[in-house]
Amino acid sequence: MSAHDPAELAAARPDFAAIAAWIPQGASVLDLGCGDGSLLRYLKDTRKVRGYGVEISDANIVACIRNGVNVIQGDLESGLSGFESNAFDFVLLSQTLQATRHTEPLVQEMLRVGREGIVSFPNFGYWKNRMNVLRGKMPVSEELPYQWYDTPNVHLCTLHDFEDFCRDLDVTVLDRRVMTGSSEMKLLPNLLGSTAVYRFRRGA
Amino acid sequence: MDNSVGIVTAQRATFDTPLAFRSGAVLPRYELAYETYGTLNSDKSNAILVCHALSGHHHVAGHYADDPKNTGWWDNMIGPGKPVDTDKFFVIGVNNLGGCHGSTGPSSIAPETGKPYGANFPVVTVEDWVESQARLADQIGIGQFAAVMGGSLGGMQAIQWSLSFPERVRHALVIAAAPHLTAENIAFNDVARNAILTDPDFHGGNFYEHGVVPRRGLRLARMLGHITYLSDDAMADKFGRTLRSGKLGYGYDIEFEIESYLRYQGDKFASYFDANTYLLMTKALDYFDPAREFNGNLDKAFLAAQADFMVVSFTTDWRFAPERSREIVNALLHNHRNVSYAEIASNHGHDSFLMPDQHYHEVMRSYLDRVAGDFSK
Repeated sequence: MSAHDPAELAAARPDFAAIAAWIPQGASVLDLGCGDGSLLRYLKDTRKVRGYGVEISDANIVACIRNGVNVIQGDLESGLSGFESNAFDFVLLSQTLQATRHTEPLVQEMLRVGREGIVSFPNFGYWKNRMNVLRGKMPVSEELPYQWYDTPNVHLCTLHDFEDFCRDLDVTVLDRRVMTGSSEMKLLPNLLGSTAVYRFRRGA
Repeated sequence: MDNSVGIVTAQRATFDTPLAFRSGAVLPRYELAYETYGTLNSDKSNAILVCHALSGHHHVAGHYADDPKNTGWWDNMIGPGKPVDTDKFFVIGVNNLGGCHGSTGPSSIAPETGKPYGANFPVVTVEDWVESQARLADQIGIGQFAAVMGGSLGGMQAIQWSLSFPERVRHALVIAAAPHLTAENIAFNDVARNAILTDPDFHGGNFYEHGVVPRRGLRLARMLGHITYLSDDAMADKFGRTLRSGKLGYGYDIEFEIESYLRYQGDKFASYFDANTYLLMTKALDYFDPAREFNGNLDKAFLAAQADFMVVSFTTDWRFAPERSREIVNALLHNHRNVSYAEIASNHGHDSFLMPDQHYHEVMRSYLDRVAGDFSK
């Protein structure tokens, strides 16, 4: 059974708390790659959101239903054509960005369907990752738990990379929270932060 | 079979209030055959209505004392500890009006004439069925169902329930269904109907008084239908090009295993199913289209719904393809309804909804546990 206690979840997943802090009570939320539905459940419990998840894995569909959240089985990579433009206040992509193949069109789709997008991803620029690469090895860590040959992460990036990407796509970053564990990293975030959470919207 | 509801008894409810059909026809008096499993709780909040598909009926689970081999058609889904857990839910199966398993239908005796209704039985729609089922619920004393569920044409009834009686359905489980049939689907139904209508033994629907049954037509209709309920893969797996005798006979006798199978299925069906019922059921399928009165706008059609929805489709179902279920899901999303959708990988085609697939049943079980959570708290 998954933990439903919001405090426990926030401790286990600091990015959840960061995301929740940006979401007002009663907002509508679409969570892409929602996993077992923990984030949606957390947002339902703490923010009373009206939410839907999109998930591809059979096991996670069952987990979401058990978690009491709405889930639509589907492949993010084939787009969000079932969802109307501006249907949601927020479209979330939590720890999934780096595993998407068609990252650019997906971010565009997020901002078609939602007023704002929120993504969290592991910061490849984190010093421990850099040390690994300097030592001549691909990083394997809590945030990046995969070996190079079996990783779903095909689009890893650093904070700088992501911010350049947003600029190129004409996307405005509204807020950013960079963390290592549950501590916020304000100093040298691209070096000291292991996880980044961004809030952004369309247009300059 | 383990976890069976055991011995069940069919019941019959009589209705003396005339029922006005969509077609304008009125049935002054009718009966519905039904079965129930499990126990209705004190506040009557644990009832689930199971709606049947084209050839189904009210015998959904368990078996009869005098006919132990006659197991209900969805016995793998319903029973103690099964996804539709009869330890928690009070389950009702009903034979639809126009059916041939005990409810008033074309083969029933019309009181006015003393002869079977035959061709005079009104064309019945999904809306008419839901109306008649609601009257059955009234009679049993159920104001609101915990869930209404069904596969295929049964899923269409679950949808219609959520639209006709929004406040009487907390959850709708819509499985292997569609918001309406495609032209291709109607075409299949029309070929099936033509097989029956052109059988010389059909006698314009009044074959009963001639002491014959349009067996050939019914058999062809079933053979055609059966092909469309399976997938190409399932047929290839099960029959391939296997020859019964191992060699070609250069004639028109049954040679391939698939031919033997289809003819067997056709013969079996034609020996018990009523041809007029088959015509009615396929017509109800063709007519179902809740978006019709909203200029084809399904979003507007679902505006009335208040239920939470679980929509399920199967990857190899080409008769009611996953894309059709997505249309239902999208309309529900646009109306901000609570909805979950699972697309089950299965190679059994449309018939998948009747198969005991482990993941499919896990999805159903998880959702129904949630449904049970509403009233067990």
